[in-house]
Amino acid sequence: MTGMSGGAEAWPALLPEALLLLGAVGGLLLGLWTPQRRQWRVRLLVTAACLASAAAAALALPGPAERVFEGTWVVDPTTGVVRIVVALGVAVLVWMAAPSVAGHPRETEAYVLMLLGGLGTVALAASGDLLLLVAAYLLTSVPLYALAGFAKDPRGTEATMKYYLMGAFVGVLLLVGVAALVLASGTTGYVDLAALLPGASPALLAVGVLGVLAGVAFKAGAVPVHFWVPDVTAGTTPPMAAYITTIPKIGAVAAAFRLLAEPFAGLPLDVPMLVAVIAAVSMTLGNLAAFAQTDVLRLLAYSTISQVGYLLMVVAVASRSDLAVSALAVYLAGYAITNIGAFAAVAATPAARTITDWATAVARHRWLVMSLVVCLLGLVGTPPTAVFVGKLAVFVAAWDGALAWLVVVAAVNTVASLFYYLRWIAPAFAGVPAAPVTAEGPVRTGPRTAAGTAQEVRGTPAVILHAAAVGSVLLGVGAGVWLSVASGAD
Amino acid sequence: MLLTVVVFLPLLAAGVLVAAPGLAGRAAIGLWVAASAVDLLLVGWMWWRFEPGTGASGVVDGLAYEVDLQWIPTVDAGYHIGVDGLSLPLLALTGVLFLACAVYSLREPDRPRTYAALFLFLQSACLGTFASLDLILFFVFFDLTIVGMYFVIAGWGHGDARRSALKFFLYTFIGSLALLVGFIGLFLGSEERTFDMVALAADPPLADSPLAGGLVLLAIGLGLAVKTPLFPFHTWLPDAHTDAPAAGSAVLAGILLKLGTYGFVRIAMPILPDAWQRWAMVAVIVGVISVLWGAFVALAQTDVKRMIAYTSVNHMGYVLLGLGAAGLVASADEGARTVATVGAMYQMVSHGLLTGALFLLSGWFWSHGHTYAFDRWGGLARPAPVFAACLAVAAFGSLGLPGFSGFIAEFQVFTGALQATPVATVIAVVGILVTAGLFLLALQRLLTGDTTVPSAEPEDGGESVRPEEEPARAGRAVATTVRPPTATRIRDLRGHETASIVPLLALALVLGLLPRVLLDVLEPAAAAVVELVAR
Repeated sequence: MTGMSGGAEAWPALLPEALLLLGAVGGLLLGLWTPQRRQWRVRLLVTAACLASAAAAALALPGPAERVFEGTWVVDPTTGVVRIVVALGVAVLVWMAAPSVAGHPRETEAYVLMLLGGLGTVALAASGDLLLLVAAYLLTSVPLYALAGFAKDPRGTEATMKYYLMGAFVGVLLLVGVAALVLASGTTGYVDLAALLPGASPALLAVGVLGVLAGVAFKAGAVPVHFWVPDVTAGTTPPMAAYITTIPKIGAVAAAFRLLAEPFAGLPLDVPMLVAVIAAVSMTLGNLAAFAQTDVLRLLAYSTISQVGYLLMVVAVASRSDLAVSALAVYLAGYAITNIGAFAAVAATPAARTITDWATAVARHRWLVMSLVVCLLGLVGTPPTAVFVGKLAVFVAAWDGALAWLVVVAAVNTVASLFYYLRWIAPAFAGVPAAPVTAEGPVRTGPRTAAGTAQEVRGTPAVILHAAAVGSVLLGVGAGVWLSVASGAD
Repeated sequence: MLLTVVVFLPLLAAGVLVAAPGLAGRAAIGLWVAASAVDLLLVGWMWWRFEPGTGASGVVDGLAYEVDLQWIPTVDAGYHIGVDGLSLPLLALTGVLFLACAVYSLREPDRPRTYAALFLFLQSACLGTFASLDLILFFVFFDLTIVGMYFVIAGWGHGDARRSALKFFLYTFIGSLALLVGFIGLFLGSEERTFDMVALAADPPLADSPLAGGLVLLAIGLGLAVKTPLFPFHTWLPDAHTDAPAAGSAVLAGILLKLGTYGFVRIAMPILPDAWQRWAMVAVIVGVISVLWGAFVALAQTDVKRMIAYTSVNHMGYVLLGLGAAGLVASADEGARTVATVGAMYQMVSHGLLTGALFLLSGWFWSHGHTYAFDRWGGLARPAPVFAACLAVAAFGSLGLPGFSGFIAEFQVFTGALQATPVATVIAVVGILVTAGLFLLALQRLLTGDTTVPSAEPEDGGESVRPEEEPARAGRAVATTVRPPTATRIRDLRGHETASIVPLLALALVLGLLPRVLLDVLEPAAAAVVELVAR
């Protein structure tokens, strides 16, 4: 399992990360020498870096699992999946953000920060060492604070403040946890921790486990450190909200998965049960809070909290079920596609904040509604979308890991989630035909027509929404192919 | 391969409809009719080539038109479809009923293109469910039928359609998730870890752990009971039916309810034989309660469509009675249990045809008076003789008059179940009497006496004529619209409506007079199921 190696010969293993870093630095430099209205060049460069990184990661997938740089950096199928999903996700999100940041004085910075956040996410997923975990935590946090407040409006500033304070506070918890674990074992590498921790003092272990899990739970947006999610999501612009609720979550869940599978696997504490409870509470609270939302961004924010609950189910059984790795691979990819799609629907109509506004804004765009329906039903887990396959795999893995009760809780929650997704789908679907039939028939220039034309629908996010809907179905139908790619040589 | 074409041809047509925004409404419906007709022809061809009972009889082997492809290898879920004596009649029923709905909707004024696309999508989902031989594939199609029907009710329903659609979606979605949990239980309980129905039925999982087997059966049974629907999970049904458009109701009652009962025969009985035997009495009791509950509540309705909806609960109760009796291995011989199973299967087909026809007929009430209330209608036999005749035939068929398919079905259910559970069977016969009474009462109220029709203005504030329909109708039917609302205003069934309803009734009659057509296909498969249950 571990071809431990250090030094220069390990560099090729980090090619995907190096390409991301290269893209960030190159983008920054290119941005400096590019006129304001030609900043799209930076966008192209950043996209190219992401695609190259994804391609490099895909090529590296079938290779053997290894730990490089003295075991701090783990390259295995899970890392590979995160690399691909994050790189592609950032590439898409850069384009989604383009209409809202184009022409902005700091356009380049936005793209570069997005890239750096993606790099931090990959580091989070790949870290095989507590200190790298802390570094990755900071690298995924700091660029995101800047991105959350990018618009510099009051809402955005408030959101950033909240995000930053919460992040700093949880960062301290994480450090305390890491310190406790180091104190208990005298080492930071996962492999050594796995061997030494089972014999340590339970009190120290409890502090350590709670602190470290709080850190990853914050990045994942799970209960009880989820309070920033709705405020940041609703406060920032839709593309940034999509970024913040998609990209770091992927890395955080993968990091939690690795923690549970390796250092926390043999502890005298029941860590899987703790994660299972966090999962159950996350999905339940997320769903209950989403019920009453009329703001589409807040609704989606709570939906991401509940989605993390399902993702954490598979984390809970990381060390107990052989099916967990593949379940994580398919759910992460499905979640990323579907969630980006749902946010793209909001980004396509920047003026519409509430469900009713949105339904009115897209009254003339039937295809948008249709793609949104696919994405939202995808988030519910309706077959044959990708999240359905992910949910199925997660349910199977959780039950296989002796958490049948959690499967029942998740199934009940899935029904509950349907309710609020339908609250969005129903007016959007019914509003579409209502417009031509009631307002257009005899009177051509009704007030509705004026309102309809006043609402612009942005092209790029709309294309992303369609692509996400198609991708979600394709990934669901082609789940077998994706799984055989993602499992690599395992 | 042929089966794949049958399943996905409607979906392809739906894709064409969605992708062609310029298509006129009539052309869209024309494409729908054509696609459904071709699909029915293909099913007919399959039936023609299908040779029941030669050697293996179905369920675990001898499946025709089988396709088995890998889908999600880590959990061994695949695209496995095939046809046997259980699924072929229901595939044919799906083809027939959807074609009838297509013909019935020829003049659909409200967004006909989307409407046709939705129904075609729904048809693919229904055909896929019946053809599936893999639990996950079954679940995929099963869920898609819910999604499709939700949009049909929410988009084209009347009254409180949004609420009814939501209720329908939530109830059946809960059911489908219970089903999924049960399926995962089967997967994890099986020796070789597979979702393949054939493999699971050949080597039943959880045979040595009665508690786990019982719980898994509970989850699956719950999921299917919501869909069927059985008492006490039937409360979504009357609302969904009342507010759905006529064709939607026909599909909902005729096909979608069968997904539930079909699931019992295809999944619960062969894959969990031990648990089914143990809990067969529960199925019998729930079946009998549904029979009586459906019948008596239907008797109390003041709304035609709600009444028909409740008779569905009653009719599905007979199916469960038959299937439950098939599980009472100790108290009945194999012959009796086979007869009960055959009767249950026959009832599925028969109910699909007759109730489908009844719901299509109920659309006439809405299009003429925007109300289904019994007290607003009367003496319709005089102004609308064809309608009255069709309604009478459908009602008599539905109450189980000899000569119609319903009689063959119910007769076999009772004959088969009598030996196993005499008391329950005798109680269930009361249901027949009540149903007969309520249908006769309904016919008497609606068709005989002085002609009364609702006044021209619908009092519920709904729009009687949609704006864009107005000019088209004005030219054609100006003579009828300007007349005062008297009895002569009422128009009989239109040509396409008659053309959609009469074949359904004719088929019910054929199956009542020549039952061997269907029995030849059903019997070997039913015998195989009974044999598998008795393991």
